[in-house]
Amino acid sequence: MRLVILDDYDLASEWAAKYIRNRIVQFKPTADRYFTLGLPTGSTPLGCYRKLIEYHKNGDLSFKYVKTFNMDEYVGLPRDHPESYHSYMWNNFFKHIDIEPQNTHILDGNASDLQAECAAFEQQITAAGGIELFVGGIGPDGHIAFNEPGSSLVSRTRVKTLAKDTIVANARFFGNDLSKVPTMTLTVGVGTVMDAREVMILITGAHKAFALYKAIEEGVNHMWTVSAFQQHPRTIFVCDEDATLELRVKTVKYFKGLMHVHNQLVEPMLSVKDYID
Amino acid sequence: MPSNKSVSDAPITQFVNCRILKDHKLQWEDLWVREGKILNPEKLFFDEEGFADHKVDCEDKIIAPGFIDVQINGGYGIDFSQASSDIRGGVALVAKKILEHGVTSFCPTLVTSPSDIYHKFLIVSVLQKVVLLDLLAPVMLLCFSPQVIPELRVQDGGPEGAGVLGIHLEGPFISEEKRGAHPPKFLRTFKAGGLADLMEIYGHLDNVAMVTLAPELANSAAAIHELSGRGIAVSLGHSMADLSQAEEAVQHGAKFITHLFNAMLPFHHRDPGIVGLLTSDRVPPGRTVYYGMIADGIHTHPAALRIAHRAHPAGLVLVTDAVMAMGLPPGRHTLGQQQIDIQGLHAYLTGTTTLSGSIATMDMCVRHFREASGCTVEAALEAASLHPAQMLGISHRKGTLEYGTDADFVVLDDTLTVRETYIAGQKVWRK
Repeated sequence: MRLVILDDYDLASEWAAKYIRNRIVQFKPTADRYFTLGLPTGSTPLGCYRKLIEYHKNGDLSFKYVKTFNMDEYVGLPRDHPESYHSYMWNNFFKHIDIEPQNTHILDGNASDLQAECAAFEQQITAAGGIELFVGGIGPDGHIAFNEPGSSLVSRTRVKTLAKDTIVANARFFGNDLSKVPTMTLTVGVGTVMDAREVMILITGAHKAFALYKAIEEGVNHMWTVSAFQQHPRTIFVCDEDATLELRVKTVKYFKGLMHVHNQLVEPMLSVKDYID
Repeated sequence: MPSNKSVSDAPITQFVNCRILKDHKLQWEDLWVREGKILNPEKLFFDEEGFADHKVDCEDKIIAPGFIDVQINGGYGIDFSQASSDIRGGVALVAKKILEHGVTSFCPTLVTSPSDIYHKFLIVSVLQKVVLLDLLAPVMLLCFSPQVIPELRVQDGGPEGAGVLGIHLEGPFISEEKRGAHPPKFLRTFKAGGLADLMEIYGHLDNVAMVTLAPELANSAAAIHELSGRGIAVSLGHSMADLSQAEEAVQHGAKFITHLFNAMLPFHHRDPGIVGLLTSDRVPPGRTVYYGMIADGIHTHPAALRIAHRAHPAGLVLVTDAVMAMGLPPGRHTLGQQQIDIQGLHAYLTGTTTLSGSIATMDMCVRHFREASGCTVEAALEAASLHPAQMLGISHRKGTLEYGTDADFVVLDDTLTVRETYIAGQKVWRK
């Protein structure tokens, strides 16, 4: 794995956004060959989305030939509820960029047959040619998407019941009323994300430090599902200083020493303007 | 991109680079319009997988709901209360001109007039509505009146002018002592109250949006009840009522105060009068008493404006109470059955110091209100749009920029000067 450590949240968000931008521009997506991007929600990726929007508004990045697949969505929450992941993606990303609606894919938590919805999602990913880059976050309990502790590390898109930890963590979005937080979600499986050609995990903040430690310094364990990516050929963990607080000094020093190599991935910054034929 | 909108193929316009008044705040958001209504872009994106057909760059300006003027007696030489031979043209002229002030809907106001004026204006507006009578109308016209049918009916706005929400009948059931500029010989009292009195004087109540009356008149309760039951907003004004009479009127359904402070008893600390409604504890729960303010700097002292605003900000409704001379040069003119003199921004009853309505425009009132009260831009804009719509009970389609409401809005710069006016999503005026 690559462990990319930046000083603070803003720098980490920017590094991640630059990486995504360079990957898309370098790929030179067209109508015959889309760039498929897996996307997360939550507070961690907000800074990254803001930078991507900025790059788009500056004319350096286009999402016209990008297909997106979100990781998850609540079950039973109306699609236009302000806390649904559809609303999140619209307000924080889609409405600011030039992505075409039919190229976005978010699980429908109100489908009449949830299992069929999950199976269809997997098929849509396959039909799109698989995910080129899956961007994700990590929960305080080490989960990737809503693959709670105990989820199979080869799982596929399915319905999951949320762990108490997650419900409590989400309560702040529902007026701190635990009874209003949805208890079930549709989520991509650990196996689904592992199928992506590249995975980038964003981890910021001291409250995620223990989960990061468990994910990369301990063994592969279904209780900390992000640890599955130790067995993926191309994973990048992008974090800030605070997220490294539970790691061994040796680990942090090693990867900080590699920053000049990591930075070659984001410098120079590529722009779609340079590639217009 | 090919169109694959499943709900409608009508063109969609997206207004970008603007701050819109939404949820009581100015926010950097785009405004989407389709088929004359405000469109929900998120629903468009996810449900229809649709997109905008054209974008309009607002260059960082403010978009607010179109202003609603519920008290306007005329303007530009037109007096709605006068029996002229071209009422249709007169209303249309004013409706067109007020687009420049950001007004997209209004209630043409008739001051106290003789009964036959009401009958002529209101009865023929009913004839307009009955389709069958289109065939008989020419015959009936020949029998009743050879004059052109007045256009004082409810109608949507458009490029021809602001929409008419309904008539505001200010009088004749008002107090003699507080009649202001209204002619004394046409004042009326209720004989038994109720429908009979109203019909005898007015003739018909279709196309009437508001009635101003004095609740201390005997038997007013039945009239208030009758009017409110028909969805007509009852307003208290030109009245000597004390607070308990006013509160009783509110309990019977009254919900507005006509030009607060003017033509009513002054506020007294032991007898607050109608002004006391602003902080009354006898307003039925869930109801709001709204009050009109003429914020032209003349009809109300800025300190009084501030007292009212601070006491009850949610109820403040900006009105122009504009008279025929609004838009005209200084000099002598006619209002209703009387003569007035214009001097600068003042309009006096000829030979007196009684004010007879103002000549400030709605956008001037919005700017003056903001400056005098120190309120936020949002509050000033809502006083001219949301609050009048709420008072009239039409806020589900007018007075806001909520999804699904009529796309009547104004584009303003930071000085709150109107730059463009839109009705049903169509640009109807540009500076």
